[in-house]
Amino acid sequence: MTAQKTDQAEIDRLNDLMSRVARQRDRQAFVALFQHFAPRLKSFLLRAGMEAGAAEETIQDVMVTVWHRAESFDPAQAAVSTWIFAIARNRRIDRLRRDRRPTIDPNDPALVPDEADGSMETMLVEERAAELHRAIRELPPEQADLLRMAYFEDKAHSAIAAERQLPLGTVKSRLRLAVARLRKLMAGSLEGETV
Amino acid sequence: MTHTPHHHPDSDLLLAYAAGTLAEAPSLVIATHLALCPHCRSEVAGMEAIGGALLSADAGTAVSDALLSDVLSRLDGPPPAEAPRRRKAPVGPTPVLPEPLRSYIGGDIDRIRWRRTIPGLHEADVKCAGGSVRMMRIRSGMGMPQHTHRGDEFTLVLAGGFSDDTGHYLRGDFAATDPSVDHRPVADDDGDCICIAFTDAPLRLTGRFLRWLNPLMRA
Ligand SMILES: [Zn+2]
Ligand SMILES: [Zn+2]
Repeated sequence: MTAQKTDQAEIDRLNDLMSRVARQRDRQAFVALFQHFAPRLKSFLLRAGMEAGAAEETIQDVMVTVWHRAESFDPAQAAVSTWIFAIARNRRIDRLRRDRRPTIDPNDPALVPDEADGSMETMLVEERAAELHRAIRELPPEQADLLRMAYFEDKAHSAIAAERQLPLGTVKSRLRLAVARLRKLMAGSLEGETV
Repeated sequence: MTHTPHHHPDSDLLLAYAAGTLAEAPSLVIATHLALCPHCRSEVAGMEAIGGALLSADAGTAVSDALLSDVLSRLDGPPPAEAPRRRKAPVGPTPVLPEPLRSYIGGDIDRIRWRRTIPGLHEADVKCAGGSVRMMRIRSGMGMPQHTHRGDEFTLVLAGGFSDDTGHYLRGDFAATDPSVDHRPVADDDGDCICIAFTDAPLRLTGRFLRWLNPLMRA
């Protein structure tokens, strides 16, 4: 219970910092965001196999991008940590692989639009983020371990299987279970709020 | 009426895409599916939220003292350079090919330069890192030769449809096959079937009379 309140308070704090950066170009708020995210980004990039120097250069790029793109952050779409994760993931691809990451264009006339208007969903992004933090702590350790590897280590699932000496099918099914559990919880907390 | 896909990529493929570990070539097929599939777009958004939560939950590693001042000194400068993006091609009001595929082709379906490979099949390579991606056009009503796969094959239908013993695939539907699958896709008879396909190894023809065509089947 208290852990969840702490999660919620932290998510609210980061959101507030981010909106101060976006609306007021508030450098104090930006420094606080840096202090929260820079060490976490460093772990993320080191585990992907970067040298410390390259990791810190990449952190600079990520944080400068956060500053420049602050206005495009939409708290109704994603938590701050999700938005920064996506920026860091893309810079990691640029840096480590130098290939492109093909992405959709949301304004493409050929895009098949979402069925619902999404307004229910958007109200609850922050609450779901707190639930998600709790659920990740409660994952079985063997699922949490593989999930962290899948996100942090820039390795194909087959390479994760080799490293953990597990059959590829086991890795895939554990990842599938972990994601399904977390996704269900995110959807569940949504339904709980709307009935 | 837009068709909503019934056949989706496995969640571990979506996860690799969301985590940024999937190579460009298979990512192109996944991202093109995402343009046509609101369901998988929402799955990927959820997976990105998991990535954000994992990042938040990390204990972190100390950064050097100078890093903050380095960052602050860059705030008034230009935004960091990014890997060059493909230029968007001009497009009509109702393109057949969605983004990001259109940028890789350099336009819509009329810009594809087809070459005939075997009777009833035209193909065109798509330039892409990390594997082989090609467009396929199967003539209406035609069956592909019976074949199996030396590796993974991901196919996404963009126009028309095809069937094999695993099901019926229409626009937006995603089919994954591997060495355990030996099949003979047949195009629907109401128009040519146009697909994008990623393979990481050449197909292997298994039909009795078609083995001699194997040298023509490229990765
Ligand atoms: Zn889908
Ligand atoms: Zn096949």
